[in-house]
Amino acid sequence: MSPASNVSTTIARRQERSLLAKIVGARSQLAVRRATWGYIFLSPWIAGLIVFVLGPIFASAYFGFTEYDIIDSPTFVGLANYRKAFAEDRLFWPSLWRSLKYSLIVVPVGLVGSLILAMLLNRGVTATNLFRTLLFLPSLTPTVALALLWKWLFHPTLGPINTVLGWVGIQGPAWMVSKQWALPAIIIISLWGSMGGGRMLIFLAGLQGVPQSLYEAAEIDGAGVWGKFWYVTLPMISPTFFFNLILGVIGALQVFTLSYIATLGGPSYATWFYALHIYRQAFEYYRMGYGAALAWIFVIILLIFTMLQLNLSKRWVYYAGKG
Amino acid sequence: MAADRSLLSVGRTRAQASARKRRRGGLSLVYVPLVLLSIGFMFPLFWTLSSSLKTPQEINTFPPTWVPAVPQWRNYIRVMTRVPFLLWVRNSLYLVVLGTAGTLISSSVVAYSFARFEYRGRDIMFLITLGTMMLPAQVTLIPQFVLFHKIGWVPSMKPLWVPAWFGGGAFNIFLLRQFIMSLPYDLDEAAIIDGASYPHIFLRIIVPLCKPALATVAVLSFIGRWKSFIQPLIYLNRQETFTLAVGLSYFQNLPEQPGMPTQHLLMAASVLAIAPVLVLFFSAQRYFVQGIVLSGIKG
Repeated sequence: MSPASNVSTTIARRQERSLLAKIVGARSQLAVRRATWGYIFLSPWIAGLIVFVLGPIFASAYFGFTEYDIIDSPTFVGLANYRKAFAEDRLFWPSLWRSLKYSLIVVPVGLVGSLILAMLLNRGVTATNLFRTLLFLPSLTPTVALALLWKWLFHPTLGPINTVLGWVGIQGPAWMVSKQWALPAIIIISLWGSMGGGRMLIFLAGLQGVPQSLYEAAEIDGAGVWGKFWYVTLPMISPTFFFNLILGVIGALQVFTLSYIATLGGPSYATWFYALHIYRQAFEYYRMGYGAALAWIFVIILLIFTMLQLNLSKRWVYYAGKG
Repeated sequence: MAADRSLLSVGRTRAQASARKRRRGGLSLVYVPLVLLSIGFMFPLFWTLSSSLKTPQEINTFPPTWVPAVPQWRNYIRVMTRVPFLLWVRNSLYLVVLGTAGTLISSSVVAYSFARFEYRGRDIMFLITLGTMMLPAQVTLIPQFVLFHKIGWVPSMKPLWVPAWFGGGAFNIFLLRQFIMSLPYDLDEAAIIDGASYPHIFLRIIVPLCKPALATVAVLSFIGRWKSFIQPLIYLNRQETFTLAVGLSYFQNLPEQPGMPTQHLLMAASVLAIAPVLVLFFSAQRYFVQGIVLSGIKG
């Protein structure tokens, strides 16, 4: 073999290598091997993402333009489902508004409540661990049990809540069976089940991450308790607050199980939430097309909310690392 | 100089003393609300337990009694005979174990890929992964149901655990990736020089070091699956295949014998549904708290 051909095969091999290398974005043979293994380890998630997440998202976008009862194949109906939702479905707007109203109360009250609990725990008093556990336990209750036990607590005559209200001379409402009080009752249940949960622990970690030196500096500048909270604590934990806010809104708008178990959306639709409406349409009436359209409207609303919060966050979220 | 120092130290001790005094004054401001809130948070659970131990007569008396006159432990036995309660527990455990195993295995493999390998598209894939955390379940619920229906998995338990084996969910991948990235790379490198293959490194080095993070994922997955309701509600339609959560909701709507309250039984069933989660929480509290905190810090 002549030296020249030897050189040419080496060049050919190098070019060949660089083609594969180009695909995986690697520079050397070793890096190609490594990248290949990276893809192999990633592959379960690629499959899962396509089959169980991205595929379904596109499928439901398509179903939204069809009439589909799962047995017959879907028939294209254009924007009919969306027209039906906005103009004909008399439960659409009220249920959407109800979920919003629920979130508008549960998210801020829950966030502030969790923060207050975390600040109380952060004082480091004796038996902090015991208090933390006691406050945390309600959030472990499965939602079905949560709804069942609170329905019993809210019993108009035999429940302890109205009994205690009776001691102070208040005639308690009928709660779950009252058109007016069912929604507030669901809100109370939800707050009980979430205020001391993961959100509180995340806040607690955020508070513990605030450097003590900042408080000392603020103290030297003459800041009181309120000043320290407003000028040190709040800015320092604002990223945590933002994280909890985003997840809180997404979670709250999806409220379903509580009303499904405790009130079945009633009485007279007083707790008929949007997610319950989707469930009813899709899995009880088997209107998959209409259900998918409703779900897509929901995703777009959530997207708008998240974008809005991301934009607003630039004004109030402070990232210490960015200086 | 010396005088300055002593002056400073006096000032400091005075400041410390006043801080201590303030703290002592503020102590009741912390304890009183904490105690009251703890009572408020624990009362519903106490009431559930108390109701679960009452007789049908006692549960129907007005005003309600706070503690049952004679605890009726047999209510718990009655629950298990009135509905196939133990079968529901078994079904729930079956799904929890299969789902959690799939989550642990697949999410750690994927996290290893994200944390330790370099390849084209990795960062975009990771961003998409994070994005799926913000996706409401409703939008994938319907097409997933259609998919599983088409391949004949409805009704069955498969739709409830098979997906866990394909990545194990964005949050778990994220959590494990953060953890692996915090591990020193020297060990991997040494193993590579020794000629170890990547699967070998994963099994022999990464997995053993990841035990605390894996425990966290296991605990969170267990509780999430134990609690989950809407998915099993959609995919299970026969009493014998119900999970505990679906069974409880069915139990609630079980036709009552006229004049016979079932609240005490319902409360006993609720206690039985809560108990395993509490046991798990108390035995793995450390991992649990760590996992939740980790999820928030990087947010």
